[in-house]
Amino acid sequence: MSIEPASMPAAAIPVEPAPLLAVNNLEVVYSDVILVLRGLNLKVPEGEIVALLGANGAGKSTTLKAISGLLKAEDGQITRGDVLFQGERMNGYEPDQIVRRGIFQVMEGRRIVADMSVHENLRLGAHTRRDKGVKDDLDMVYGYFPRLRERTGLAGYLSGGEQQMLAIGRALMTNPRLLILDEATEGLAPLVRAEIWRVLQRLKDGGQAILLIDKNVAALTRLAERHYIIEKGRIAWSGSSAELKADAALQKRYLGV
Amino acid sequence: MDFHLLFQLSMNGLIVGTLYGVVGMCFVLIYKASQIVNFAQGEFLLIGAWVCWWLLTKYQLPFVWGFLATLVFMMVFGFLLQVIVLRPMIGEPVISVIMMTIGLSIFFQALMKWIFGVLPQPYPPVFSVKSVDIFGLQVQTVYLMAMAVSLVIMIGFAWFFKMSRMGLAMRATSFDQQVAQSLGISVRQVFALSWAISAMVSAVAGVVVGVVNGVSSALSFFGIKVFPAVILGGLDSIVGSVLGGLIIGVLENWAQFADSQYLKWGNLYEIAPFYVLIVILMIKPYGLFGKRDIERV
Ligand SMILES: Nc1ncnc2c1ncn2[C@@H]1O[C@H](COP(=O)(O)OP(=O)(O)O)[C@@H](O)[C@H]1O
Ligand SMILES: [Mg+2]
Repeated sequence: MSIEPASMPAAAIPVEPAPLLAVNNLEVVYSDVILVLRGLNLKVPEGEIVALLGANGAGKSTTLKAISGLLKAEDGQITRGDVLFQGERMNGYEPDQIVRRGIFQVMEGRRIVADMSVHENLRLGAHTRRDKGVKDDLDMVYGYFPRLRERTGLAGYLSGGEQQMLAIGRALMTNPRLLILDEATEGLAPLVRAEIWRVLQRLKDGGQAILLIDKNVAALTRLAERHYIIEKGRIAWSGSSAELKADAALQKRYLGV
Repeated sequence: MDFHLLFQLSMNGLIVGTLYGVVGMCFVLIYKASQIVNFAQGEFLLIGAWVCWWLLTKYQLPFVWGFLATLVFMMVFGFLLQVIVLRPMIGEPVISVIMMTIGLSIFFQALMKWIFGVLPQPYPPVFSVKSVDIFGLQVQTVYLMAMAVSLVIMIGFAWFFKMSRMGLAMRATSFDQQVAQSLGISVRQVFALSWAISAMVSAVAGVVVGVVNGVSSALSFFGIKVFPAVILGGLDSIVGSVLGGLIIGVLENWAQFADSQYLKWGNLYEIAPFYVLIVILMIKPYGLFGKRDIERV
């Protein structure tokens, strides 16, 4: 007996599209003995913004470093679990291979190269690219952060807010598929924060997928689709912005808000 | 006071000083990229000079071709040295890596003696005119070439670090390795490149000195001379290493002048730079252009 394709029931169970990034059961150990992540799971779907929340020392930065392959420099390693990016297993890749595949991280504390100019820092962002679009992307970054164009001195002399703008601009120079930001607005003046949130919103409107850490729950619930709260190296809670906003007890318990 | 002699010696000092500067830049290049103090820097000159000599005398290559072939050889040599010998040591204590470069220095000294013998060998004549007259000073043509080549190298370095993709990557790596990695820079590639460039450019200096004085193991003494120059300039400053080189070159020759005219102690030439070094380090512990947080070995 043959079944006509047309008579098949049309996709009764919608197949969920594979997420851009999937972290499965991740375990990370520093210095061979310090167990920091204990089986952590999270997903970033294509084009969405996902926030990581949690107390200091919960393991948020460690999660991001594991994704970007940056643990080795701190004597850390993934001892179990997977980081899958567009279905490809990224564990054990060198950081530069990961950047080339489209994940770019703005690390905590901005980490711009202080003894280079703004322009040189931006060119550095385009290190992995060989295409002709670099020039246009410089203009795009200056479009997002007009005041960077006027700063001609060394990047080390920029204000904290300008340094963070430069760090984000440098990240955009790579054309990342997934932009990661660790402490996106920490230690910045309110006006500068607002400017950065606006830029992130514009990036989101352009379809940019972002995974970020920040302490400002109000701003995050406006920007992000999904939130994960990390506690002691595991996901303690995850949900949508509406769910997070509605749950005052949850915010109080994990975030001290 | 014999001003003519003083002037001539100052000129010699500047010329030798630019060579110290070039070798100093090579030394700083490796130090900045990977925090390795390379005690085998002088052997890069020695190997380059012997290889070029061998190509010129055994294969009768024209100087330009022998020279270019030497540069290619040294580039590959520096690259392989890093990949095979030093890369496996990444993550080992700094002192172990330094011991390794001291070992390399001794090994290559011995290897060169074994292959090429212990006698100094002259280079075949390279220039038809041996020396030219500049404002009444006799300057050897090869020294003029050395000056010109050094200047080209310095401009090349400046261009490389300002404009080129890998130059920026090297600066970022020396600023902070983790940051460099997060930007997609392959730190391994940067290390290997720094050794390749360092070996190649040192060989230029080696060939120049070889053309003037002939090749012998004394050439690697340049590697020692470079220490006062780079420490004076600040271990992490490329510009500082050039100025440090010039200062040491001129000081040596002034010491020579003072010694030959007045003091008659003999050998002040060799030691004066180290005295100056001590004095300067007492005043400016990080060198003239160095930043803080530099370890001294
Ligand atoms: N390089 C390291 N070596 C050892 N322990 C570390 C290292 N980095 C972070 N940790 C520890 O891992 C835990 C999580 O740190 P981190 O991921 O930075 O937290 P968060 O970003 O959530 O504040 C902390 O207890 C911290 O002390
Ligand atoms: Mg953190």
